Amino acid sequence: MKKILIILLALPLGMVAQDNQKKNAKAEFTVKGNCEVCEKRIEKAALSIKGVKSAEWDIPSNKISLIYNPKKVTLEAIHTSIAAQGHDTSEAQAKKEDYDELPKCCQYDRE
Amino acid sequence: MKKYIFFVCLSCGVVFSQDTLNGVIQYQESNKTYPLIGANVFWQNTTVGTITDSEGTFQLEGVPDTDLLIISYLGFKTDTLKIESSFITHQMVQDGEDELAEVILSQRRKTMQKSFIETQNILKVSSEELLKAACCNLSESFETNPAIDVNFADALTGTKQIKMLGLSSPYLLISEENIPMVRGASQAYGLTFIPGTWVESIQISKGVGSVTNGFESIAGQINTELKKPLTDIPFFLNLFASINGRYELNTHFNRKINERWGAGLYIHGNKRTQKFDNNKDDFLDLPVSEQINLMNRWQYIDTEKGWIGFLSWRFMNDEKLMGNLDFSPQKDSGYTQRWGSEIRTKRWDTSLKVGYVFPDLPYQSFSLQTAYSNHDQNSYFGLRSYDIQHQSFYTHLLFNSIIGNTQNKFKIGLNYSYDSYDEWVEITSFERTDSNIGSYFEFTHDNDDDFSWIAGLRVDFHNNFGTFITPRIHIRYVPTELFVIRLSAGSGRKAANIFAENQSMFATNRTIKIQSSQGKIYGLNPEKAWNYGLALSKSFYIGSPHKITLSGDYYITNFTDQVVVDWEKAREISFYNLEGKSFAKSLQLELDYNFKNFFNLRAAYKNYDVRMEYNSGILQKPLLAKNRFFANLGLESEKSYKGKQWRWDITLHHLGVQRLVENQRDGDNGFSDGFSLWNSQLTHSFSNKFEIYLGGENIGDYRQVNPIIGSDDPFGVNFDAAQVYAPVFGAMIYTGLRLKI
Repeated sequence: MKKILIILLALPLGMVAQDNQKKNAKAEFTVKGNCEVCEKRIEKAALSIKGVKSAEWDIPSNKISLIYNPKKVTLEAIHTSIAAQGHDTSEAQAKKEDYDELPKCCQYDRE
Repeated sequence: MKKYIFFVCLSCGVVFSQDTLNGVIQYQESNKTYPLIGANVFWQNTTVGTITDSEGTFQLEGVPDTDLLIISYLGFKTDTLKIESSFITHQMVQDGEDELAEVILSQRRKTMQKSFIETQNILKVSSEELLKAACCNLSESFETNPAIDVNFADALTGTKQIKMLGLSSPYLLISEENIPMVRGASQAYGLTFIPGTWVESIQISKGVGSVTNGFESIAGQINTELKKPLTDIPFFLNLFASINGRYELNTHFNRKINERWGAGLYIHGNKRTQKFDNNKDDFLDLPVSEQINLMNRWQYIDTEKGWIGFLSWRFMNDEKLMGNLDFSPQKDSGYTQRWGSEIRTKRWDTSLKVGYVFPDLPYQSFSLQTAYSNHDQNSYFGLRSYDIQHQSFYTHLLFNSIIGNTQNKFKIGLNYSYDSYDEWVEITSFERTDSNIGSYFEFTHDNDDDFSWIAGLRVDFHNNFGTFITPRIHIRYVPTELFVIRLSAGSGRKAANIFAENQSMFATNRTIKIQSSQGKIYGLNPEKAWNYGLALSKSFYIGSPHKITLSGDYYITNFTDQVVVDWEKAREISFYNLEGKSFAKSLQLELDYNFKNFFNLRAAYKNYDVRMEYNSGILQKPLLAKNRFFANLGLESEKSYKGKQWRWDITLHHLGVQRLVENQRDGDNGFSDGFSLWNSQLTHSFSNKFEIYLGGENIGDYRQVNPIIGSDDPFGVNFDAAQVYAPVFGAMIYTGLRLKI
């Protein structure tokens, strides 16, 4: 029933991808940051990458939840792009000069 | 050396939902206090947390596992607070400093919010703000709100009529949980059929609304959210009594059947049996009335699979008796001995909503809403009778998703509506069916920062209007911090239900005339208008305890077609399609001032220029004050950890002169006096569960002398109870209690 409804809706709209499994991948990893300003920066950095559909970063856990299209972008590229904005991720380290340019409240503790 | 002091202000946001924690976090530097923006606030060992917003405030849902709250911010010592109640004292200092700091505690309740994030100019009214007007139904819920003006419909029914941007409620889309509600037959009294305690919150948007709910909203939209069984408290009781003889009872029962199902039963009754004639015109100042209102709601939520559902049904019966003091319906109706009037309304409503959020794609969802209502009004006013039966069916299918990423969202949907009207106006019968199928596309871009816009377009196929498109656009831009500019433009249409919308004409002996233009709705063409708006809002802090918001907006409504309601000729009321100009220009300037969260002042000046081309020339709309002034002052004491609190507020409405139409009482070119109305209310909460209130409406006791024209000869040609510009009844004192378990 659910499927029928979805198909009924999707057909005339032609907006829903036919095979969601292949076009939508999920990922969650750590991105370093502190505050609301970082949240905007990190989510913006992720969303500005072509193929990233949704990005939610959570302050207390420092985790980002992503939905992206693996045909358009790789996970590595996402890590690199976020790190290029000065925020360390679990896989990629930000350059010192990018870190230094972060707004004061975003300068997270670096070991 | 800088000294930082943290002020932690915590309280229960809503009196009865201890689960939500609200607070403000601030710091002090050289004796000045500033909000601390972006501080992390979260429950220990959980991921449940939030950050303070641009005003330093936060709201956090409670968690069952812990009562330890952690507040952290770079450059400050991270602290852990034990939240045992709504009341806590805490000290916090900057890193590397051990000087003692002081803490000030205060309450924080945001009862009315102008959103900075929404693209549209939306005012959100919470249930706490609604409590400021203890009585009684939705039509009386707007008294503490500057965006909406409350007027007096006539001198008999005591009904209040609302206006926005200088236009009366038929030009507003009034919806309940986004289903169009107060329309058609219920236009005149429909707001009095929604008990105030059922309402959880109200969203008021000025200017053209969204295309998603149809083409009808021209001046704005008022959406009400009702209480929901899964989130409302298990039991609520409200009793109310006033010296004008009105008694009210409201009870809500909510039960959580299991994790997914909740059910609620809501009962409202009100009664007025006493008869008053304080102005000695031999007419009742207020009707003798009785209303019973029942609602049953079922709510379903399955967060794992992404399904939500609502099923509601409702029954309402309302009876009003008005007219001469000793009018008896059995003996006198149909005769010219005594003048009397009765309005009996029965209404059935049912609605079903189903929504599905794709579990893997939280930004993608669809929903289906359907509603059916049957409204049956039988009434007579002296020798005039008016009956209307209105059956309405509405359905809306909506799909939400994104284009590329979540900064670009769209909605696409279909609406179908069917309305059948069956009316008897004295001895003439009018029957009409409106059926419409429409589809729309609405695109929203939001850069999650300083710029967003919404553009919507809908196409409708209407049996009486033909095929037409409705475009609407909203833009929001934030050039600097706490400064918002909003623009909106769009069109709207509606059918003028001339009898249902102007029922006060039956309380006159004016001859009703319709000048046909060969249209399909009483011989008239539908109304069409364009609305353009600009709204500015700027907030700032003077020190930190003083928060000031200045806002201003200007809206223009230009009618390209309108059904003119012309009262200008004595002993006559006529309806005809507009030939020439008709516009409504509305300016509102507002100041909000907030001191340490316990002192709130809101003041507004409003100017309306509403003119249209009548048969007798271009004239300002009658019974509309060109200038209005509004002020509301609220004080709240600190709430103790048990919930003990005092709350007081006072509201002033000043109305400038209003133009009056030619009649026996006011002559030609008459104007009303300007006047002021004062309302006030005092509430004492004994605990989080029990509170009592005492209040007064129109405590300055301002009354219109001779509200009914020709009251000594109610069957004569000059009789007119519709020319009312001020309260008929004087001061009204009320008291009541609320019990929440």
